[in-house]
Amino acid sequence: MNALVIAARELRSLFLSPLAWCILAVVQLLLAYIFLAQIEYFQMLQPRLAVLSDSPGVTDLIAVPLFGNAGVILLLVVPLLTMRLIAEERRNRTLSLLFSAPVSVGEIVLGKYLGVMALLGLMVLMITAMPLSLSLGTHLDWGKLAACVLALCLLLAAFAAIGLFLSTLASQPVVAAVGSFGALLLLWIIDWSVTIDTENEKVLGYLSLLRHYENLTKGLVSTVDVSYFVLLIATFLILSIRRLDYDRLQK
Amino acid sequence: MLIDARNLYRFYGDTCAVADLSLSLEKGEILGFLGPNGAGKSTTMQMVCGNLAPSAGEIRINGIDLLDRPKEAKRHLGYLPEVPPLYRELTVDEYLDYCGRLHGLTGARLRHARDEAKARCGLEQVGRRLIGNLSKGFQQRVGIAQAILHTPPVVVLDEPTVGLDPIQIREIRGLIRDLGREHAVLLSTHILPEVQTVCSRVMIIHRGRVALNAPIAELERHMRASSLILATRRPVDAGQLKALSGVHDLEVLDEPNHRYQVYHDRDGNPAEAIARLVVEKGWGLLELTPVRHSIEEIFVDITRQEAA
Repeated sequence: MNALVIAARELRSLFLSPLAWCILAVVQLLLAYIFLAQIEYFQMLQPRLAVLSDSPGVTDLIAVPLFGNAGVILLLVVPLLTMRLIAEERRNRTLSLLFSAPVSVGEIVLGKYLGVMALLGLMVLMITAMPLSLSLGTHLDWGKLAACVLALCLLLAAFAAIGLFLSTLASQPVVAAVGSFGALLLLWIIDWSVTIDTENEKVLGYLSLLRHYENLTKGLVSTVDVSYFVLLIATFLILSIRRLDYDRLQK
Repeated sequence: MLIDARNLYRFYGDTCAVADLSLSLEKGEILGFLGPNGAGKSTTMQMVCGNLAPSAGEIRINGIDLLDRPKEAKRHLGYLPEVPPLYRELTVDEYLDYCGRLHGLTGARLRHARDEAKARCGLEQVGRRLIGNLSKGFQQRVGIAQAILHTPPVVVLDEPTVGLDPIQIREIRGLIRDLGREHAVLLSTHILPEVQTVCSRVMIIHRGRVALNAPIAELERHMRASSLILATRRPVDAGQLKALSGVHDLEVLDEPNHRYQVYHDRDGNPAEAIARLVVEKGWGLLELTPVRHSIEEIFVDITRQEAA
């Protein structure tokens, strides 16, 4: 209950600053451009696809690349939204309001997290609306689209959890943004070091955000990928709680 | 007993900020927490309000252990830190609603609490203004409103009158006195008159330790120094003055203007005798004032007594 109070305040503060509006607009503009480019590409391929027997459909050629690109763009954007969560409160000394209210540290972290997730949820809705609009003229693969939406939600939830943790570490929002951007990018590209050593490959491959995300957007919803995201989110939320509690113990 | 803190210790690394500090506060008391900068006032208040965990010791708020059951204990607390925790982008009403909700107030009770706190802090006119646009004094009042919003039995105010103009200071002091009737108030300050006008008890801390914990009258006694300032139109005869009973010594402060400092026994006050002598001799009495100790001198005084 208290977490929801904090989440509501967080969301309100996000929309009171131009940052949230600006980010929503820029992301939407970029993705709309990519979306239109994909449609054009599809129209170009259409005559050739018609000849093929087991050809990829409109969802594969438009929605899947759109969600793939959305993942990359939001990797750059989410740190900007999460950077202020704790770092700014620490800098403005408003954390003591939460610390002296009858609210547990877990509720503070959860409230902050839910607040930023509400904004990211809105973003997912806006992105989904674009491929959804195609259903006016053609048949979509609903299962695949649902998998894409699930994948993006999980990916953003993971981004936000990592960003929140970095924000609990920093006392300046910008430092938190740089830190979370670095962490996210590293997790994105961690499997690029292609080694002959297969054991290493497996571990780094498992850690890669991109690999799990791609599996999901292809429509392959497996427990391996979903639990990877759930574990990642839980780990970073718990780390955030521990870190914030440490503020009270040692300042 | 609304606040009961025992044997608090707090270390920052190797530095000991608070050592063996015990504190108790009952309903209807206003405890003034005095100390020079860096004495450990804010650290102690942060510990009492659960913002900082003590290195050792125990704290009970209204009988509930703050360290074991923090959520329940904090229901009974209102805290204004040194820097008021304000969200500049919210309006006063929005901010107070948020604070009330954090304390579990909703609906009509929340509205009532908010209006009550605004009325007590003189914020009726600024409810719809952004906190960031308010003056320092109003921001401070919003901070106080936040601390008393949920009518907690214990109110902790860390330097509540800093940055206010004299009229506002008087209003806030009046407010604190009002609060003292129904709540227990712990108030920190480094302004001595503030303690004298507002508080019922005073606690002086020095280097993290309690130097004095006494009713306000006791502080008055410490403030009375054993000297008087005497100024006359014509020079006085030092010998005759020193011969008066209770007078120890006479020091010339300002030769051409005939200003002297007269040292006397701590218990007696020879002002009357001095005045009579000066008038009898026709030296022309211009000024005769007891020297009051400044807070720094009281610290020195008290800590010296401790050492002795």
